[in-house]
Amino acid sequence: MKIAVCIKRVPDMETRFKIAASGKAVDETGLKYDMSDFDGYAVETALQLNEKQGPGETVVISLGPDVVQEQLRKALSMGADRAVQLKADRVPVDGLAIARALAAELEGGGYDLILFGRQAVDSANATVGPMTAELLDLPCATAVSTLDIANGRATARRELEGAAEIVEFPLPAIVTVDEGMPRARYPSLKGIMAAKKKPLEVKPAQLGEERLTLEKMELPPERAAGRIVGEGPGAVPDLVRLLHTEAKVL
Amino acid sequence: MANTFAMAESRGGALRRVAIEAVSAARALADASGGGEVHALLAGAPGVAALAPELGKYGADVVIVVEHPALANANSEVLAATAAGRIRSGGYRAALFSASAQGRDLAPRVAAKLGVGMAADVTSFELAGDALVVRHPAYAGKVIATLRLTGTPAILTLRPGARAAVEQAKAARVESAPPAVDPATSRVVVKEMIAGGGAKLDIGDAPVIVSGGRGLKSAENFKLVEDLAAAFGNAAVGATRAVTDDGWRPHSDQIGQTGRQVSPDLYVACGISGAIQHIAGMRNSRTIVAINKDKDAPIFKVADYGIVGDVLEVLPVLTAAVKQARSQG
Repeated sequence: MKIAVCIKRVPDMETRFKIAASGKAVDETGLKYDMSDFDGYAVETALQLNEKQGPGETVVISLGPDVVQEQLRKALSMGADRAVQLKADRVPVDGLAIARALAAELEGGGYDLILFGRQAVDSANATVGPMTAELLDLPCATAVSTLDIANGRATARRELEGAAEIVEFPLPAIVTVDEGMPRARYPSLKGIMAAKKKPLEVKPAQLGEERLTLEKMELPPERAAGRIVGEGPGAVPDLVRLLHTEAKVL
Repeated sequence: MANTFAMAESRGGALRRVAIEAVSAARALADASGGGEVHALLAGAPGVAALAPELGKYGADVVIVVEHPALANANSEVLAATAAGRIRSGGYRAALFSASAQGRDLAPRVAAKLGVGMAADVTSFELAGDALVVRHPAYAGKVIATLRLTGTPAILTLRPGARAAVEQAKAARVESAPPAVDPATSRVVVKEMIAGGGAKLDIGDAPVIVSGGRGLKSAENFKLVEDLAAAFGNAAVGATRAVTDDGWRPHSDQIGQTGRQVSPDLYVACGISGAIQHIAGMRNSRTIVAINKDKDAPIFKVADYGIVGDVLEVLPVLTAAVKQARSQG
């Protein structure tokens, strides 16, 4: 199958973030970057599908400044065949602008399957996948935890709150992947060497009008320091009393 | 003065709490923009119209009822076409959806169909002249972004539970409408609905969550977590990523950066060390209790109340004490 995977460069979420002087971004000093967790699952899913189902092509696409080439190279070192950077001086916060640029690149590409992560772990919007599907008029299943493909049709499980559903749809289609899908493999040394020779094409991103813009970023208020009620089962009566009289949740 | 659209989510013939939240938020927005009407779209199998008065109670002036046997399960292709059609013709200032699994699937499609701006998973919003200014937790909940959304209609998804629903009774007029496209033409078809365990509360709806981590040592010991949840009577069971990765609990129970984000009244973390991955999913809980044998575990930094001890020893005693407290209360 010809599979496209759209990936985003994001900072490591374990970081203790600070706000930049502009008040409109996180301070980038010392940040480490990787592709978003779910996007890694999506790359892995594509590679496994093509490994299992015979000859295919996995194309990774990322929108942003030249630094996104680092994540594209990582996907190539995992085993993707080629990469496309949709060059923009920054990644907009408007999901529809991103979806327009991706749709322009994907349209007419002959892809059987287009994969996204469920959401980017930094901006946490979960909008670009289904928006791109709509712009390309493709069937779409979001937040899938299992995906089987046979005879040009897909079967996927979607986790809903307190329930799940099994959906079926024809290819070509767009799928956004959630927990339950395979974790990204570590690139092998051979893979890293091979990635250096794989094609990485750079094209301008056609973003269009942006209707969602960033006003400011701030840190949420710190939680007030808590207290240790006591040690072992002996502390239970005090805890229950505090939950009843002080927190009033019991 | 402008009207506001709200998507009223239902499942299995019952309204979801997020439907009430969306209607109530639309009421607040309509009132803030000079007292326009709130129009709620309610779709489902025949009979779903019976839920319309409940939406009126929370501020809907009009309930647009779309009944079709094939809409017993949510169908995003049909719902997106139907909602987009109504929003296009209705001249709304804004259209509000929930940032639930269904709303997150639906709202981006509607925004793309209409070619309008959308802000996702917002915890608050206000009108600012021609724009809507919204707040949205990002970076695993460690950063709050304030965003400006211009253009009309503006599409929002609302974080479940972020904004309490307020009763404001209106005598809702009911309008019937057909689905905008024939459900038989849908490309994505639901083959099977897998219900959660009977009356079990979902972690997104439960006022109390009892959550377990690796400190429980085995899948079997989750019985202790379930027992404590049962003792509260209004509690759901959650888990860390380590636990769902090991298959002790299903992925749908995972609370954290790559799982669900929850904000219950009470969160009891049992045998959870407090990795960033997990904290990102529960830090907005009103009261947090942690039980962990390591007094230096990071979970104690976010907990209001902590007990240092073996979770396997503490849980049975806590379950008995909660049962007793509830029988007296």
